[in-house]
Amino acid sequence: MNDTTAATASEVIEKDVLIIGAGPVGLFAVFELGLLDLKAAVIDILDRPGGQCAELYPEKPIYDIPGFPVVTGQGLVDNLLKQVGPFKPSYHFGHMVESLQRDPDGRFRLTTDRGAVFLAKVVVIAAGGGSFQPKRPPVPGIEGYEGTSVHYAVRRMEDFRDHDVLIVGGGDSALDWTLNLQPLAKSLTLLHRRDEFRAAPDSVNKMRELVDSGKVKLVFGQVAGLRGDAGQTTHAVVKDKDGKEIELSASRILPFFGLTMKLGPIAQWGINLTENLISVDTARFETSERGIFAIGDINTYPGKLKLILSGFHEAALMAQAAVRIAAPDKKIVFQYTTSSSNLQKKLGVI
Amino acid sequence: MAKITYIGNDGQRYEVEAENGSTVMENAIRNGVPGIEAECGGACACATCHVYVDEAFKEAVGEPEPMEEDMLDFAFDVRPNSRLSCQIRVRDELDGLVVTVPERQG
Repeated sequence: MNDTTAATASEVIEKDVLIIGAGPVGLFAVFELGLLDLKAAVIDILDRPGGQCAELYPEKPIYDIPGFPVVTGQGLVDNLLKQVGPFKPSYHFGHMVESLQRDPDGRFRLTTDRGAVFLAKVVVIAAGGGSFQPKRPPVPGIEGYEGTSVHYAVRRMEDFRDHDVLIVGGGDSALDWTLNLQPLAKSLTLLHRRDEFRAAPDSVNKMRELVDSGKVKLVFGQVAGLRGDAGQTTHAVVKDKDGKEIELSASRILPFFGLTMKLGPIAQWGINLTENLISVDTARFETSERGIFAIGDINTYPGKLKLILSGFHEAALMAQAAVRIAAPDKKIVFQYTTSSSNLQKKLGVI
Repeated sequence: MAKITYIGNDGQRYEVEAENGSTVMENAIRNGVPGIEAECGGACACATCHVYVDEAFKEAVGEPEPMEEDMLDFAFDVRPNSRLSCQIRVRDELDGLVVTVPERQG
């Protein structure tokens, strides 16, 4: 994918429109905005386009996309990327949006957790179920140890040096960090529910070699509780396969329980929410804040259906309203891609 | 049709007449059984419709497919009779099925 920008604090990316969320609806918004000559940047917390379609069900069939009797999640995303290609959006993956403010000139200034700064006349929130974040396992009292003993990602490997590290899970993240942290940990235990792993076979083989040579302890069971005090764990209480409780030394714990979706910082932007969804009108799909639109699964209005096809419709109407804000002097003539040579030029087909 | 009894995480019993071909998760959601979240909508892509299948029906319901086993890794307090209810399709043989909703979903 070209145009993937690892934007830094030193540059400000200026566009007509910022789209938050690179799921199917966010991607199709690029198309509808593009037909109206609006240039877009697309920001997503994941490291690739597609949102839930790519993250949750890439191989699963979808049967209710008009014109496609059946298409997989990834197939739909691939087609959309091709469809919006002519409009050359800039993609910014691995960024979580943080703050949104209005500058004196009326434009929105948006920052991300990696320090990128964007300026645009219109913001479109197409964030689906929210941003994907690591799931907190439902272990009683785990919150009290987060950020000190319990981590959901490894930011600095040094933080794990000379610790009794407990890694929980059986996927690629769990296996990768088992292999990477073992050399510097005081001890490393991998805890998984069963003797089958969802990880790359090569990683599993390497892990088993470390177990055989006594460098990694492999335990089958589930975390039932944590022991420690002042935010520092000493042990994890584990229910083993036979339901017997055992204690494992653990001063650093990395639980890998997959991802869940949370609205995140968007909830703090001062726009009207209804039960964690963004309220919009059904003519413009604009939020309570002029110039900020919300389309797809993240919005709500009377009769809302969380369907991809509804999101596509919302994107089209949003674009008609957005262009009147981003380019107020532009004369809008409604045109069809089938017959308009003007639109066909933009699409690069003539 | 099959009668399914859910024991919700509130301890209450919920009896539902379920149509063949529907999933145990769908019937729980339609009837407001507390504790079934079904965040992903039945795509076997989360683990928030986790139930314990009554021992008497364990064989009739059957074992999870590998993909479901993978998702069960993300559930809380997984037991030998754990299943994701979105992956159990209702059929006549399941008439009388009892499933218990765990204290919490993953």
